[in-house]
Amino acid sequence: MTAAAIAGATVPRLARGVRLREDAARGGRWVVMAPERMFVPDEIALEVLRLVDGARSVDAIVDALAARFAAPRAEIAADVTEMLQDLAAKGVIAT
Amino acid sequence: MSAAGEIEPPLGLLAELTHRCPLRCPYCSNPVALARPGEEMDTAAWARVFREAAALGVLQVHLSGGEPTARRDLPELVRAASEAGLYTNLITAGVLLDAAKVEALAAAGLDHVQLSVQDAAPASADRIGGLAGGHARKLEAARLVRAAGLPLTLNAVVHRQNLDRLPDLIALALALGAGRLEVAHVQYYGWALANRAALLPTRAQLDAATATVGAARAAHRGRLVIDYVIPDYHARRPKACMGGWGRRVLAVTPAGKALPCHAAESLPGLAFPDVREVPLAEIWHRSEAFNRFRGTAWMPEPCRSCDRRAVDFGGCRCQAFALTGDAAATDPACELSPHHALLDLAVREAAGAEEGFTYREMGRAAPPPR
Repeated sequence: MTAAAIAGATVPRLARGVRLREDAARGGRWVVMAPERMFVPDEIALEVLRLVDGARSVDAIVDALAARFAAPRAEIAADVTEMLQDLAAKGVIAT
Repeated sequence: MSAAGEIEPPLGLLAELTHRCPLRCPYCSNPVALARPGEEMDTAAWARVFREAAALGVLQVHLSGGEPTARRDLPELVRAASEAGLYTNLITAGVLLDAAKVEALAAAGLDHVQLSVQDAAPASADRIGGLAGGHARKLEAARLVRAAGLPLTLNAVVHRQNLDRLPDLIALALALGAGRLEVAHVQYYGWALANRAALLPTRAQLDAATATVGAARAAHRGRLVIDYVIPDYHARRPKACMGGWGRRVLAVTPAGKALPCHAAESLPGLAFPDVREVPLAEIWHRSEAFNRFRGTAWMPEPCRSCDRRAVDFGGCRCQAFALTGDAAATDPACELSPHHALLDLAVREAAGAEEGFTYREMGRAAPPPR
């Protein structure tokens, strides 16, 4: 399971057995559920994960974030790519 | 009542759907008095339990047994749990699975499968599980699970009679495409306590296993995660059993009793509520059974003044009762327990003991530890 390189045209999706869900009983935080483990994504990871739907490309995810946050697109693209690579290495997303 | 402050909602539900099982493992974690098929809760009752659990804050359900695939309504139960919003984990021996069943479970929304193996050597695995041909069927089940695209964890229960083949178990997990391997040392209560002398590993075996795990974790990083903890009989401090009594997990038995731990029925003097009669939220927050050992206020010394009391919660209540006769005693796995020497003694006695088993069977009472 070596993580493939993440490119602009890559369409990431949550890996099989991984779910992102709201945790209403604990203040409405969002949690990532995965085989035998769970974790609470930080605010930025959550913004990215909520856009990972198996249809949007990395470019489209970056566009969506650039429209909402006041930061240079290149900076957002670099952050998103790094984060997706990390999540792919952890088996949270597949490409 | 002993809980200080607010009671956190549970994260996990262990749903023991049935005690029926084609295997007869001598270390089975089911109670010595097994529930009869006629006592099992029906589909609708379980579906309601799943919805109540999700509303209470449970995020993950472990569908277990016995052998959960012995229930014909398992796909319906998976669907009910999934629709309730729960992450669904099937804990199975795999020997009853075929391609159609695996597909039906995947279609019902199953998230993950944990498959047990008894050994890496087929003849030994079949002898330990008490089912001829069982190991081969497990290998086929693993293939079907992966073919359906489901993530797989291999669960290897280890003890003196298979621990030397830990490298082969790791190789097996890799060959089957498992993303995780749980190397689970036998926990000695119930059936396993009756078979303790035949199962306890030696210190040398344990040290070799610990080194094997360390090397394998490094060698297979990014491909296989290995869960492994040092077993109680060779430890200096106890484990936080179930993450603490009434703290993270609740179990429901085939007959509908809610338990803070799947072995809790072995403890005397506790009345466990029936989930068909009492709402799960009320059971979790207010029942005497869930509050009896919750938090730290119930503890006697040496736990009461210990700086680890909120780390290990005094260890396992069932082990404390089984070995000392007092469910509130410090778990003898702790070196501060006055009974700690019992564990060393058992290890030394086991080193010279025979390897025959008392198999888990309905209607058979486990004999006392030898």
